[in-house]
Amino acid sequence: MTALVAVRDTPLDLGEAIAAVGADHVGGVAVFLGTVRNHNDGRAVTLLEYHAYESMAERQMRKIVDGIAAEIPGVRLAALHRVGELRVGDVAVICVAASEHRGEAFRACRALIDRIKADVPIWKREHGPDGPYWVGWQDARCAGHDHAPASGHEHAHDDHG
Amino acid sequence: MTSTTDAPTTDPRDTASGGREVQVLYFAALREQVGRAEEQLTLPAGEVRVAELVRLLEAKHPQLRLDAVRVALNEEFADASAPVAPGDVVALIPPVSGG
Repeated sequence: MTALVAVRDTPLDLGEAIAAVGADHVGGVAVFLGTVRNHNDGRAVTLLEYHAYESMAERQMRKIVDGIAAEIPGVRLAALHRVGELRVGDVAVICVAASEHRGEAFRACRALIDRIKADVPIWKREHGPDGPYWVGWQDARCAGHDHAPASGHEHAHDDHG
Repeated sequence: MTSTTDAPTTDPRDTASGGREVQVLYFAALREQVGRAEEQLTLPAGEVRVAELVRLLEAKHPQLRLDAVRVALNEEFADASAPVAPGDVVALIPPVSGG
């Protein structure tokens, strides 16, 4: 059951997300927060700039939520993603899953963030002393490395959140 | 700093020449490479699939690197073999990095 899905350019409210999944049958609520950290792949990060194809992003987030709800009956989900300029410590994404028992809630929450990171059209650009950098985009900076993109080029697919 | 909302602002069906146009949307690094957020593209005659559309865009913008890019038609991811129809909104989706 879709409780709450949104892409926003304002600070995210965890209380709102938790309230959205509330129901009398719920006995466990799992929460994941993705926050901006001060480094990525050895680079200092002072600012992350999030961009979204907002209409498609919300549509894909809704599809993901509906898919998980179909796989795990009785689960209630909320997913909020922020766009714009975020500083170290800011919350970029909130995933909440509520269920009768904790096992389903944890499983649904994990699936929700994993699928959002894989299939929702949102991008972040790092800013720091090394200059701006689109995360996941193998640009000239990556081309200078001495290993092939196919062999464990994991730093191009960072793991914020 | 660039804007944070990337929603398309025009309806592809409003194009004056009509006929066989699609709206192409660029995001993130691709937007910088091509220098614009969106453009209209006229489809060639006959059936056009996603793979051919990608080749057309690479020919039009030689600086574009589309090998790692996914294509969405009307806000749904589409395979290389999916047909493209006039009026479609075609989004080029570079590797996503949300979360």
